[in-house]
Amino acid sequence: MVETRTRPRVGLFVTCLVDVFRPTVGFAAVKLLEDAGCTVEVPRGQTCCGQPAYNSGDRRTAQDLARQTIAAFEGFDHVVLPSGSCAGMIRKHYPALLADDPAWAHRAQHLAARTHELVSFLVDVLGVTDVDARYPDTVTYHDSCSGLRELGIKAQPRQLLASVEGLELTELPGAEVCCGFGGTFCVKYPDVSNRMVEDKAAEITATGAGTVLAGDLGCLMNMAGKLSRQGSPVQVRHVAEVLAGMAGEAPPIGPAKA
Amino acid sequence: MSQSRSQILAGIATALGRTPDDARRAAARARIAGHARNLVPARAQVDAEAQVRLFVQMALEVSATVARVPSLDAVPDAVAEYLAGHNLPAELRLAPDPALDPIPWQRRPTLTLSRGRARDADAVSLTGAFAGIAETGTLMLVSGAERPTTLNFLPDTHIVVLTAAQIVGTYEDAWDRLRAQSAAFEGGLPRTVNLITGPSRTGDIEQTIQLGAHGPRRLHIVLVEE
Amino acid sequence: MHPTSHAFPENARRALNDETLQYMLAKSRTGFQLRRAAAAQRLPEFEELRDQGKAIKDHALANLDVYLELFEAKVTEQGGHVHWCRTAEEARETILDICRNAGARTVTKGKSMIAEEIAINDHLEAAGFIPIETDLGEYIIQLRKEPPSHIIAPAFHVSKEQVADAFRAAHTDLPPERSLEEPRELITEARLMLRRRFQEADVGITGANLLIAETGSTIIVTNEGNGDLTQTLPKVHVVLASIEKVVPTLEDAATVLRLLARSATGQEFSSYTTFSTGPRRPGDLDGPEQFHVVLLDNGRSALLGTEFQEVLRCIRCGACMNHCPVYGAVGGHAYGWVYPGPIGAVLDPALIGLKEAGHLPNASTFCGRCEAVCPMRIPLPKMMRHWREKEFAEKLQPATMRRGIGAWGWLARRPALYHAAVRMAVRTLRRVGTLPLPMLQGWTEHRDLPAPEGRSFQELWAERRGGSKR
Repeated sequence: MVETRTRPRVGLFVTCLVDVFRPTVGFAAVKLLEDAGCTVEVPRGQTCCGQPAYNSGDRRTAQDLARQTIAAFEGFDHVVLPSGSCAGMIRKHYPALLADDPAWAHRAQHLAARTHELVSFLVDVLGVTDVDARYPDTVTYHDSCSGLRELGIKAQPRQLLASVEGLELTELPGAEVCCGFGGTFCVKYPDVSNRMVEDKAAEITATGAGTVLAGDLGCLMNMAGKLSRQGSPVQVRHVAEVLAGMAGEAPPIGPAKA
Repeated sequence: MSQSRSQILAGIATALGRTPDDARRAAARARIAGHARNLVPARAQVDAEAQVRLFVQMALEVSATVARVPSLDAVPDAVAEYLAGHNLPAELRLAPDPALDPIPWQRRPTLTLSRGRARDADAVSLTGAFAGIAETGTLMLVSGAERPTTLNFLPDTHIVVLTAAQIVGTYEDAWDRLRAQSAAFEGGLPRTVNLITGPSRTGDIEQTIQLGAHGPRRLHIVLVEE
Repeated sequence: MHPTSHAFPENARRALNDETLQYMLAKSRTGFQLRRAAAAQRLPEFEELRDQGKAIKDHALANLDVYLELFEAKVTEQGGHVHWCRTAEEARETILDICRNAGARTVTKGKSMIAEEIAINDHLEAAGFIPIETDLGEYIIQLRKEPPSHIIAPAFHVSKEQVADAFRAAHTDLPPERSLEEPRELITEARLMLRRRFQEADVGITGANLLIAETGSTIIVTNEGNGDLTQTLPKVHVVLASIEKVVPTLEDAATVLRLLARSATGQEFSSYTTFSTGPRRPGDLDGPEQFHVVLLDNGRSALLGTEFQEVLRCIRCGACMNHCPVYGAVGGHAYGWVYPGPIGAVLDPALIGLKEAGHLPNASTFCGRCEAVCPMRIPLPKMMRHWREKEFAEKLQPATMRRGIGAWGWLARRPALYHAAVRMAVRTLRRVGTLPLPMLQGWTEHRDLPAPEGRSFQELWAERRGGSKR
């Protein structure tokens, strides 16, 4: 479905983790969107999509944040997020959250319909087939759960990665298995989360890839934190950084090098 | 107990926000009486010959064995050969099923036969079947005065004589045949309807499949073409 | 079964350090997943059958009282008895009465999760009866005196060495020098020992995968044939089933059965699918003289009309736990009660209370695999979230977590303050390497905390692009 109107107007929802930990991902998203012909704005009324509250059972806070998000992003042709879980929150859960609020139900549906995860937006909506980037390394890809199961993101990142010069993609066994992040899960049930991320790290290491990519910063920080603790040389980046050719702008995700 | 009954039913009705009324009961009865088919997989909706082939293929997949014979006359030889081939005693416990009467056992006089329900010492049973269901290579056996269920489970080896005409495509086809015979079951089903798909098995020891857990280790189907 | 769900974190830690368990989990996990996927792939209509299965169960649940009445009428017509039990206690009493009236001594049992739920074995023993589990996996755990760890493969956590140990300890009549190395030997021994029990039994208790209103039939699905020997040989056959098992017709049963084995073990159909209707008929050469159906509510009707109603569609295939990464890491015992895995996370709080089982719906990343494979399309993560909402409303969550999420929510509602706080947090993180948040210890215990880039995105965006007008 190629966007035929010129210069689609995109509101970028950068997400909390990108805002705090890795602005490079946000700027990579901007570059990709602008290269694809969009204008990009970052409304300051955005804070958090509400998923932490929602998944903790605090519906009221989630609803408040949903309304705030809807209001902040009114008027854009599309709303794009460099995160499958946050995009999934808006697309799949906002309508249900506000279904009983007559003033907001329709607006929630309207926002949901216009909201996309970044790579899915590029490929499925704008019809982007390749990117102009170079990343000479073997790369393996982790399919973040929300992106995969809520939004159907599977082929799209692989399609774009295939066009990155020098990049060799090797499939990750168990790519679709949860990495153990799960938001507050990783700190509420650290032992179980640790086992899950250990298994994931073992699979990544076994591929022999130099880099692991994914579309969700939560997963990436979780995997990077474990790989680093293990002394692994595997680099961890957000897929947007590589697709935008911005891998040189920031060190891989990991603790500060002494 | 009847107090519990009314409390449970009342609890359900309250939870569902209404009470069972005549219209609802009539609708349920109508749905039951109509017993409409849901989606039936296309796999077994093929012609009769293809159904027989599918039945055999699926039965073999689940580790049943199949011997095809041209007529009931050939059954004694087929059974005797099977028993010899597996070093099994030439002794059979038969269902006293009239459907098995035409089999000319006298052709193989070395076979010892007895009829009745299964006993501890019976190593091999031989029964007929109500139908064969091609969809999954499944045998339908129904209980009755002449078809004791224990023959299907106690002996180590169970031989089933099935005719090609008894093979239907799907479970739904088998239900229809069963309903057509319901007069024989006094308007209902018999005590037991067994759908048997291959011999007994278990994966309970380290997920390795072993045949013959409690039921028969061998299920041998003699498929009569005529 | 005495619940230990409240101790899930400790149970989980123990499970993670249990070498035999971890070995068995690793061994069985992928097999279940691959086989289910292959079976689903092989049947082109599988996805549509899932939709139909869901519709059938939804219809049955929406008319549960009517179909239960019709089922009862048919059972009675065919010479059986239906007993209605609101609670586990009533069900136990009913079954004990049946056994006493039958002058029973040995009671054989097919696999039944409801039987676990009401802890019938303990009560049968206390009343002087001898209950014998006949499903091989259940027999093994009965010998080991432990609960099942999976609803389809109750002893999958037990290695063959451990099975051999249990057999040697229990089957003292057999020659001690016998070999019990190979699965084949273990099964032959189990078959031998249990055959005697099957013949001795006065009462046989089975569960029911489904109840059919059309015919008054109960259905059991096994691979071993133990359920059939349990229900055919004794004088009395008791079916123990929860009320939500009823479906209208044989056709409806066929649809559900097409989903069940494929989802559970990847088989096209189980070895034995048996429809039982009433006691033996006049002239029958075998079969029970009495047929009793004990219908148990025990909290099911309370779920109707609530946000948890959909969990009643469950057909006990076990696919959810086979695909759950949390279950795959800790196994079934960690969940601490009858139903483990994702189905347990939703059902156990309903049956034993949120205070006891509250950890279970929280110990999930909402990865969604359970829902993706559930043949009845039960939205399990959604219902786990509903439990979390109840916990939040009842203030059952740990205070630090509540305060943390609460503070986050407070800030997030105030964009200007939020952005200022983010700027500060980023600087703190950069300098100190961590934030003064107690919950972060759970992170840093096992992982390094990645360093932030030093400035927030919003700051940098404002600098580079002059920010947004809004």
